[in-house]
Amino acid sequence: MAIFLTKDSKVIVQGMTGATGMKHTKLMLADGTNIVGGVNPRKAGTEVDFDGTSVPVFGSVAEAMEKTGADVTVVFVPPAFAKAAVVEAIDAEIPLAVVITEGIAVHDSAAFWAYAGSKGNKTRIIGPNCPGLITPGQSNAGIIPGDITKPGRIGLVSKSGTLTYQMMYELRDIGFSSAVGIGGDPVIGTTHIDALAAFEADPETELIVMIGEIGGDAEERAADFIKANVTKPVVGYVAGFTAPEGKTMGHAGAIVSGSSGTAQAKKEALEAAGVKVGKTPSETARLARAALGA
Amino acid sequence: MEKGRTRVDLFEYQARDLFAKHGVPVLAGEVIDTPEAAREATERLGGKSVVKAQVKVGGRGKAGGVKLAATPDEAVARATDILGMDIKGHTVHKVMIAETAPEILEEYYVSYLLDRTNRTFLAMASVAGGMDIEEVAATTPEKLAKVPVDANEGVTIEKAREIVAQAKFPAEVAEKVAEVMVTLWKTFVAEDALLVEVNPLAKVASGDVIALDGKVSLDANAEFRQPEHEALEDKAAANPLEAAAKAKGLNYVKLDGQVGIIGNGAGLVMSTLDVVAYAGENHGGVKPANFLDIGGGASAEVMANGLEIILGDPDVKSVFVNVFGGITACDEVAKGIVQALELLKSKGEDVSKPLVVRLDGNNAELGRKILSDANHPLVQRVDTMDGAADKAAELAAAK
Repeated sequence: MAIFLTKDSKVIVQGMTGATGMKHTKLMLADGTNIVGGVNPRKAGTEVDFDGTSVPVFGSVAEAMEKTGADVTVVFVPPAFAKAAVVEAIDAEIPLAVVITEGIAVHDSAAFWAYAGSKGNKTRIIGPNCPGLITPGQSNAGIIPGDITKPGRIGLVSKSGTLTYQMMYELRDIGFSSAVGIGGDPVIGTTHIDALAAFEADPETELIVMIGEIGGDAEERAADFIKANVTKPVVGYVAGFTAPEGKTMGHAGAIVSGSSGTAQAKKEALEAAGVKVGKTPSETARLARAALGA
Repeated sequence: MEKGRTRVDLFEYQARDLFAKHGVPVLAGEVIDTPEAAREATERLGGKSVVKAQVKVGGRGKAGGVKLAATPDEAVARATDILGMDIKGHTVHKVMIAETAPEILEEYYVSYLLDRTNRTFLAMASVAGGMDIEEVAATTPEKLAKVPVDANEGVTIEKAREIVAQAKFPAEVAEKVAEVMVTLWKTFVAEDALLVEVNPLAKVASGDVIALDGKVSLDANAEFRQPEHEALEDKAAANPLEAAAKAKGLNYVKLDGQVGIIGNGAGLVMSTLDVVAYAGENHGGVKPANFLDIGGGASAEVMANGLEIILGDPDVKSVFVNVFGGITACDEVAKGIVQALELLKSKGEDVSKPLVVRLDGNNAELGRKILSDANHPLVQRVDTMDGAADKAAELAAAK
């Protein structure tokens, strides 16, 4: 099962022919991802060779879907062109768009999110500014290293890329059903709540690890959702307990103002919903092990 | 694309200039940084002015940072008082010499900002302006209208009238406030702002409405299409280490502890700060000295640049390099550490601070081997995040 991405997913890459796109397409192929095409209007009709695997380049997302049946796009397009790329994916009604690009202007991400809504949300957006998602042993849509861990029974959802890797590494012997990096930008598509709902419905997921960080109120709202809707055990971690107020720590979303949005407030909200919250990644991993009896 | 600087808060005079550019009604004003310049500026305004401290913090009026000047001489005297004043930890380096407002009859509040929770833009408007809007929201929430604005539909005059109606503006100013809502939206979009706020928006004796004070925050991620925005950044206020880091494209924030931190990815670095602060509780209360994210796919050069900044911080007693290689290759990180130490030594700089390095993930074994082979007396490898944090805290406490 897994969530959002399986071995049957047919993946295209927008921005495949750029340096970042080339590098990660090669890695995704090595992880077993079924990559059926790239998109670049200026190179349409050509093919790109990745260690013996030939991947065709199409002129548009719609054309790639029509010719290959693609149902997932991974977006590596630079920030200045990312909005147009996502709007194109929405217009083509591709079911899943994973936006890896970092540094997209908020007016652009707000615009493509509003656009997706006006088109009936037929395209699930993950990101932007995220590492993508991986279903170990099946498919990898993004930049999460494929060799950290194996298939297993933990579902992971995280705002942060490297903390996703760290947590997968801490629990690598148990393995993961899927791991989803939703990104730390102020406007993101898929939220903690969306991933929690999907993991709750996924029979292969026995435990959910949720990683948040300071800023916004996504974790607090996730806590309310968990209380009402999630029966599986959830273990949480929030980064930024010791971050000073008002300092931006890399992620645009991680701005603390006043008490709301602090790591402590998020921890308390999650604990009130029955979530065990670790103070560090290693303690969080211990809590997950204990909950699984592993 | 530079990373990390996501939000640029502007001074009042910069906000005023942007408002004027997009048609929001404002009073005349100019910014100066010497008392003597207040004289000519006031003469240009007809002989009287308001002298307003330019600080990025609220409550300057109560702190004595806004004074009326009835003559050019008085403006010089007031500017002398205010320049150099400390307002809640912010030193006043500039004052705005502004036109005196006509008689104010009422004060309103209007703004646009991002509503993260609902992933949309939000218009806020209130007839209870001139005071702290957070207080209005807390004590009389019914007086603050919040109206979602679709990013693609924007604010037309019809939408602006809807906002004004929800906020229950008096009929005689409703259309004028609606027009301000349209020009303020233009400012918000055209400047790629994260916040545009007018407080107060004043109704004056003539019946006009004028933006008397305002705040604007810009999105640094939009600089690719906003070439004029870089000049609006307040370079004087940046910590020298932060300025040096920025010049090298590094995402660095100075903190007040003793353990220098370098890591990859904002989340992991934030987590590293926490783990070091906890470890510090067992080692004399040492704390992280900074936040430094070398980002994804960092090269040896980026690593070396980061280390140079951190070792140049006199507060730093030990350094913790915490890398989980995803895109970033640990052998590049290890090479960067070795190169940086050699480079700093060749420059004759002090390289006596111990480094604790933890490498996992992409090419970790190669990276660890590079460090072992280099066998540098200042570098210790510890292969868990908790263990390395503890060692770094212990070394900082021992110094």
